Amino acid sequence: MKALVSFFSRIFRFYYDGFSSMSWWGRRVWMIILIKLFILFAILRLFFFPDFLRKEFRTDEQRIEYVIDQLINSNNTYD
Amino acid sequence: MIETVDTALVGWSRGQFALTAAYHWLFVPLTLGLSFIIAIMETIYVRTGKEEWKRMTRFWMTLFGINFAIGVATGIILEFEFGTNWSSYSWFVGDIFGAPLAIEGIMAFFLESTFVAVMFFGWNKVSRKLHLASTWLVAVGASLSALWILVANAWMQNPAGMIFNPETARNEMISFREVLFNPVAIDKFTHTVTSGFLLASMFVIGVSSWYLLKNREEWLAKKSILIGGIFGLVSSLLVAYTGDTSARTLAGVQPMKFAAFEAHYEGKEDAGLVLAGVLKNSEEKLRSHNIRDFIFKIEIPGFLSVMTGGDRNTWVPGIRDLVEGNTEKEILPVSEKISRGILARNMLLEYKEARLMNNVEQTDILKGIFRDRDFINNYFRYFGYAPMAKPEDAIPNVPVSFYSFHIMVLLGFYFILFFALALYFHYRGTLARRRWYLWMALWSIPLPYIAGELGWVVAEMGRQPWIIQDLMLVSTGVTRISSGAVITTFILFAVLFTALLAAEISIMVRQIRLGPKNQEIKI
Repeated sequence: MKALVSFFSRIFRFYYDGFSSMSWWGRRVWMIILIKLFILFAILRLFFFPDFLRKEFRTDEQRIEYVIDQLINSNNTYD
Repeated sequence: MIETVDTALVGWSRGQFALTAAYHWLFVPLTLGLSFIIAIMETIYVRTGKEEWKRMTRFWMTLFGINFAIGVATGIILEFEFGTNWSSYSWFVGDIFGAPLAIEGIMAFFLESTFVAVMFFGWNKVSRKLHLASTWLVAVGASLSALWILVANAWMQNPAGMIFNPETARNEMISFREVLFNPVAIDKFTHTVTSGFLLASMFVIGVSSWYLLKNREEWLAKKSILIGGIFGLVSSLLVAYTGDTSARTLAGVQPMKFAAFEAHYEGKEDAGLVLAGVLKNSEEKLRSHNIRDFIFKIEIPGFLSVMTGGDRNTWVPGIRDLVEGNTEKEILPVSEKISRGILARNMLLEYKEARLMNNVEQTDILKGIFRDRDFINNYFRYFGYAPMAKPEDAIPNVPVSFYSFHIMVLLGFYFILFFALALYFHYRGTLARRRWYLWMALWSIPLPYIAGELGWVVAEMGRQPWIIQDLMLVSTGVTRISSGAVITTFILFAVLFTALLAAEISIMVRQIRLGPKNQEIKI
């Protein structure tokens, strides 16, 4: 148990030291990563990219019905 | 009732996917290639113990880190788009995509994320050998991540190892081995990954040349050019070799794409390979399709036949043969494929009606038909042709395929010459004096990016109108949402990715100007 705690403590220390002594470019790219992830998951995913089949249909049966209809009824109009 | 799809919706959905994939591919290849170059440099450091090599490794690791960090998660957007814009397609592909993408996610997380931390935070904290092992694992992990994405893409080009289940409207994997060792997947992986190695080599030589032009960091620049030159020359030769094997595979599994590459309309033996040419609309038509002819072309006689089948007697089908069929060569006309596709589609319609009526006996019979080898090989394999309005719709955009392919190939030859020159000048000890070459190296940095993007244009535009070869048209796979919504997200992505690219370039240029002296490596 003690060895396990020590192992995780060393890992935590490793990351803590790494993040706390970041260089200029390191801080800059981490800021960009966080902003990017926020835009991707908190804005784009939530408001612009819902899972269409999950949002529109409640059961897998309904989803299957919809997809089969698309497969049967679609027509190629794109040139 | 046959439903008509808004052409603007299909166009914008395709455009959006193309935009995000193209921007994503600006970040990926440098990560793939630079990780190996860094690993080679660090190996030399560990073997020699010389601090210069450590300094050099740390410098290139900084640039790797910037590119890696800015590019992280840009591929996630493509997965968002699958669920929103390509929902029918996503459902239809079923676990064929799910399995490789899940493996990719797990590998990327554990291999890259864990060992990237050791790479950047671990200097002076872990042993040299453990650090080196981490660097190699990041390099190998990045390429293995790419493998799974490319396996998924290859399945779209050449569906294999699955069976369609009408009960779930999904393709279910029956052979992981067939999906993984799909010949298109193997060619795509080797060609794509080596193109990333090539790009990174050009990047290293270009940046190093800038230092030589500025009379700075001469030792680092020359050694970097030596490593970039060797790695680049080997990679560019591998790119050419894997490109050749890819073309041979495509000639078998996607003959229409192959014919479009070469604007090859009439099937023949002793077919010539066009090295360069300019197309024009000819007077002749293939049904309603305008046949393209050459204003001029430079051709190697017989070489297309040699490339395809190993000798000049190999008959290479043309676009006309693939559309109208060729009885002698046992090529089905597209009209026949459409009829067979309609039969397969009607079978699905029958299944749907039987299920609605709770006719268990009939649904069981129809499920059995969808598992029947003869039905799969002769009818279901043409399932996607059913909605095709006219046979000539099976022809991709010939000029786009032709020019993208030929510019990419010409750039490929340029890269071989470029890397060979780097090594020659290095061997002669005249590199720093060849200022024209150093300038050329600097301005050549964007060229592998252009070649890589063109490669994707060739692969994806060349297989139109298919989202899954022969099984699903792009217009069938698209989600029926408003095109206005897609235009909005297209613009959002264009802004977001352009901002990310600008950020990457500005931070990278700053770090390059700063040079390796006194650079801190910690992210």
